[in-house]
Amino acid sequence: MEKERHVLVFFPHPDDEAFGVSGTISLHIENGTPVTYACLTLGEMGRNMGNPPFANRETLPKIRRKELEAAANVLGIQDLRMLGYRDKTVEFEDEELLANRLGAIIGEVRPSLIITFYPGYAVHPDHDATGAAVIRAVKELPADKRPKVHCVAFSNNCEEEIGRADVVNDVSAVADRKIAAIKAHTSQTQLMAANMEESLKNQDPEVMARVYKERFWTYKF
Amino acid sequence: MEPAVKETIQKEIDRLANKDVYIHLETTNGAYASHFDESFFSSGAYIRNANLIYEHGKITGNGPFRVGLKLNFGWVYAEGITHFEVDEKERLLLAGHDFSGKLAVALLISETPFE
Repeated sequence: MEKERHVLVFFPHPDDEAFGVSGTISLHIENGTPVTYACLTLGEMGRNMGNPPFANRETLPKIRRKELEAAANVLGIQDLRMLGYRDKTVEFEDEELLANRLGAIIGEVRPSLIITFYPGYAVHPDHDATGAAVIRAVKELPADKRPKVHCVAFSNNCEEEIGRADVVNDVSAVADRKIAAIKAHTSQTQLMAANMEESLKNQDPEVMARVYKERFWTYKF
Repeated sequence: MEPAVKETIQKEIDRLANKDVYIHLETTNGAYASHFDESFFSSGAYIRNANLIYEHGKITGNGPFRVGLKLNFGWVYAEGITHFEVDEKERLLLAGHDFSGKLAVALLISETPFE
C-alpha cells in the first residue's frame, strides 16, 4: 500500500466505513498518515433497532452518533466530522451546494487520497449521491491538483461494467481492529459481527476474502 | 420499546386527539432489499413533521395492530404495529418490527416537531 500524506474518507452512514475500508484506514493510521472521516448522516433511518428493540426512530441517531465515535476511536481517527445531512435524503439535496460543501472540506484538508463510494455502483442512493458529489467536487480542481480517488463498489453488476477492482489491500494484519470497528456499531451489527467472527475462526474462505481484502476502483477523470 | 398493549395505546391516541400534533409516518423494506434479492420490489415512503389535528383515532386487530386516525379532511393509517413507547417528551412512538427485528413501519405522534 502506498504511503499517503493525508487520507480523506467520505461516506453517508455511520458503519459504511467499518465494513469496506476500516482495515485500510487502520493501515494508513499505523503508517503515520492522518485520516479525516466526514460522515454525512447519522443513519437516522436505519432499520436495526436490536431484538428486542433497544432503540426507536428518535433515539437511533443519538445511539449511532456514539457508535460512530467509538468506531473512530478504535481505528485511531483523530478528525471525525458529522455533516448533519439526513439519512435517505442525500440524493435530494441541491447537487451543486452539496459538491461545494464537500469541496470546501477537500480544499481545507488537501488529502493525497480520497476514499468514497463509486457513483452508480454502490447500491444505496445515499452512497451513489455521496460518491457523485465527491467526484463533482474533485473535477472542479485543475487536473494536476486532484487527489487520487479510490471508490468502493459492490452493486451486483459492478464488475461487468467497470471491471475488477484495481487496488486490493490485504488488511489481515489489522483484522482485529476491523472487527472491533464493525462491532462498535452495535445497533447495526450485533448478530452479523458474531457470525463473522465465528466464520473467520472456522476459516470460511468466502468470509476471509471479504474481511481480509478491501477492494477499490481508482476513479478515472 | 415494549410489545404493543392495545388499551394503553388507545388511551394515548385519545390523549393526543383534537390537538395540534406532528406526525412521522414511515414504511420501509430497507435500501438493500433488491440488492440481496433481485426479484424483490423495493418500496417505502416517509413523511416527517406533518402538522395536523385528528378528531379521533383507533387501534384495532389482534396484533400486529392497525392504527387509523380520522381527520376532518382525511386519514392517517399504519399497519403492522408490534411495539410502542411513550418517551420523555410524551410522544407516542409506534413501530412494527419484522420477524428479524428490523423496523418495517413507524407512526410517531408528538405535540412538538420532531428534530
